[in-house]
Amino acid sequence: MSASLEKGVRVLKEMIDAPIASYFNSCVNCGLCAEACLFYTETGDPKYTPINKVKPMRRLYEQEFTLTGRIKKLVGLSKPVDDAELEEWKELAYNSCTLCGRCSAVCPVGNDISYMIRKFREGMSASGNAPEGLVGAVNRTVTIGSPMGVKLPAVKVQMKHVENDFGLPIPMDVEGAEYMVMLSSMEIMNFPEYLGAIAKIMDHAGKTWTLCSTAFEATNAGIQIGNSDLARVIVSRIVEGAEKLKVKTVISPECGHAYTALRWEGANLIGRPFTFKVQHIVEVLGEFQELGLLKTEGFEKDKLTFHDPCQLARRGGVIEPQRKLMKMVSENFVEMPDAGFMNWCCGGGGGASAIEEGEELRLEAFKVKKTQFEIVNADRVVTACANCRIVLEEGLEHYKMDLPVVSLTEMVADHLQAKGK
Amino acid sequence: MSEMQLLTWVRGTGLNIAIGLFLAGVLWRLLEIYSLGRKKDLSAPRAAAGASGWHTILRRNLPAPGMLPKAPVTYIAGGIFHVGLAVVVFMFAPHIELFKSLTGLSWPGLPSQFIHLTTIVTLVAMLVLLVDRIKNPVKKYLSTFEDWFTWALTFIPLLTGWLSVQHLLLPYTTMLTVHILSVELLLVLLPFTKLFHAFTAFGSRWFNGSANGHKGVAV
Repeated sequence: MSASLEKGVRVLKEMIDAPIASYFNSCVNCGLCAEACLFYTETGDPKYTPINKVKPMRRLYEQEFTLTGRIKKLVGLSKPVDDAELEEWKELAYNSCTLCGRCSAVCPVGNDISYMIRKFREGMSASGNAPEGLVGAVNRTVTIGSPMGVKLPAVKVQMKHVENDFGLPIPMDVEGAEYMVMLSSMEIMNFPEYLGAIAKIMDHAGKTWTLCSTAFEATNAGIQIGNSDLARVIVSRIVEGAEKLKVKTVISPECGHAYTALRWEGANLIGRPFTFKVQHIVEVLGEFQELGLLKTEGFEKDKLTFHDPCQLARRGGVIEPQRKLMKMVSENFVEMPDAGFMNWCCGGGGGASAIEEGEELRLEAFKVKKTQFEIVNADRVVTACANCRIVLEEGLEHYKMDLPVVSLTEMVADHLQAKGK
Repeated sequence: MSEMQLLTWVRGTGLNIAIGLFLAGVLWRLLEIYSLGRKKDLSAPRAAAGASGWHTILRRNLPAPGMLPKAPVTYIAGGIFHVGLAVVVFMFAPHIELFKSLTGLSWPGLPSQFIHLTTIVTLVAMLVLLVDRIKNPVKKYLSTFEDWFTWALTFIPLLTGWLSVQHLLLPYTTMLTVHILSVELLLVLLPFTKLFHAFTAFGSRWFNGSANGHKGVAV
């Protein structure tokens, strides 16, 4: 057994807890999870059945944690997990899974398959079987500070641009601010208007906020690749920053996995509850709306639809606020089939968009979004995740569909009444 | 040993051994699985998980939104099979007599004609599921020896029970003996095969429901 395989197996064994054991024992191979997965529905290839994506882990669990499995292994009826098998499973555990959680939402015996795949990735990554693209993203986040290699000077340059464009200050390292705003590299590099929108919204709502020079990047490739040690390093920066600045709330940006990483996995990674609150920007906007802090004017006239980022809606529990916000600024808002809790993933979440060799499959899976968009026939699609936005734009371009993708935060900011009105 | 003696052994000592092994097996497997425990979730809950685990236990009896048209055979035949099997096992008067003799508990049974019909429908549903497992590309891909074996392990008691009541194929005593033996085999092997989902499915639904309830999502 190679050293890396040995490490992978050891990590996998550590991942197995009562829920995982219960899930493996409950699976009856009914195949229903396949029907919920865009990588199966759009390709028809049964290897993409979600529960099949953790098959090596299932055998390892049986061999190590059950009496019958131990006996089977002893008499040679169950072969040990080896390098070749894990290598083969790389495509299944990473390229063809966005951790979107649709499978977990439909499994009749109740298996949270997404949770299982997330755990399986810990073993895959430890055994050296994670895709290059994700390994690079994690390394850049740990050494440089962001998966796209964005450093503080680049953020400062964008801050200046935004200050000039919006005529509002972008505060940094302000102690005692109510909100600490996080960004994703994608927003820093491709969508700096997001930062301008935040400045506008906070100014409008009369809230104090700040960026943090030691923790501006929210995305956590450690979660996506399945390496809790590195994920912890990344989350710790944010925790240290938030505690240093004594903020009440940290705002996760328009990014699905950053939210999961910080909101749900963060405290578990550092081993203690946070001393501050974590909210996705959509939750903050929703709260401002409830409190009457958002005075808007005018409506978007064209037909708009909303793409739910999986980690925000199905895996995060934020489903209604985005709809109320849409209705506040749009007079022709239409829902896609399966919208909300059961929405279909863009195909690039969970790190999948960083995997170059997975692009062909991703575009194939995108057909599910294409169909949804064709049915709803909207003029523009609004979303609240910069990664969804890029992946949607790539897919739409590939299929030659003219459907602009816009940010909900930016759209809300566009409709805020000017001061003094 | 005469046929009658064999039947007497099968429904006496044999049954006691099978039930003993079944109970020990279930206990062992439950400990093997649930004693692994899980870490406390330190993230701040959106809502108190409350009864969300229990809600999921109930909710997953029905298809998730939009799923029924995608897999009608699995849902409909699967649903009929599970309900039918429960009705036949727990509502057939002679079975209730047996439960009474074992536990002292009894409840009113359903008319034997109704059980007769339910058994046929359940057998048909199982055959449909078998054909689907052979033909459906996903199920075929996933299936291992255990899937075929456990199908037979469940089908045979149901079939032989029905045949013995109907006095078909074999003399009544012989068929009844085969029926009880097949049930005993089922009991002994259930904890160690995928049939154990009869127990763990509740735990799995509960884990999923409570973990997501913590996030404020009703799954």
